Amino acid sequence: MKIEVIAFGIAKDILNSNQVTLEMEEQSSVADVRQALVDLYPAFQGLASLQLAVNADYVNDDYLIKENDEVVLIPPVSGG
Amino acid sequence: MKTLIHITSEKLDPQACLEAVSYPECGGIVSFVGTVRNQTKGKPVLKLEFEAYEKMALKEMKKIADRAKIEFQVEEILIHHRTGLVKVGEEAVVIVVAAPHRKAAFQACEYCIDTLKEKVPIWKKEFFEDGEVWVSAHP
Repeated sequence: MKIEVIAFGIAKDILNSNQVTLEMEEQSSVADVRQALVDLYPAFQGLASLQLAVNADYVNDDYLIKENDEVVLIPPVSGG
Repeated sequence: MKTLIHITSEKLDPQACLEAVSYPECGGIVSFVGTVRNQTKGKPVLKLEFEAYEKMALKEMKKIADRAKIEFQVEEILIHHRTGLVKVGEEAVVIVVAAPHRKAAFQACEYCIDTLKEKVPIWKKEFFEDGEVWVSAHP
C-alpha cells in the first residue's frame, strides 16, 4: 500500500519536501514506517526524537497504519 | 466571540487575552507571555519562525486546557500561539488562567506552558547572523 507521510520542521528539511510517499506492506506499523524513513534518509537518526502522528493524534509504535490515514512526522517540538 | 484556543500568524494581544477570561466568580487571573529572546547561549538571535501542524496543535492545546481545568479546578483557560516570522520582543505564546483563587491559577498556568512545550506540534527556528537552527531538533 502507498502511505503518504507529511513533514514539518526539520523533518521537512531532511526530506527536502513537505511530504514523501512510501510503498509499504499491508499491516505496517508506525515502527515499520519510521524504520523505512530512517533507511531512506539516515539524517533522521541524528534527531533527538522522531514521533509519528496518525490522524492528528500521537500513536504508539505498534499502531497499524491504514492506506488513507494522515501520517505526519513529528520531530522534537519546540513551541512556546 | 472570544476564541480561547487559537493559532495565528498575526501579532498576539495579551491585553485582549486577559479580558477574554475575566469572570466575576474569579478572584485571580494568572497570565504567561512567552516572548522572543534576543540571544541563545550568547549568540544574537535576529528573529524566529514558528511552524505548526495546526490541526493537531489546536487539538493538543485543547487537551491541555481541558486537563488543567479538571486537575487544578480553574474556571477558564486561554492559550494563543503565534506562527510565522516573529521579531525579537514580540509575543510567541500567551496563556491566561482564571480561577476563584490564585494558587490554582499559578499551578494551572505552569502546567499549561510546560505541557505545551513538551507535546504541541509547533516548531521554532532561530535565525542567527551566520545561519538558522531548528530548536531542540538534535540531542
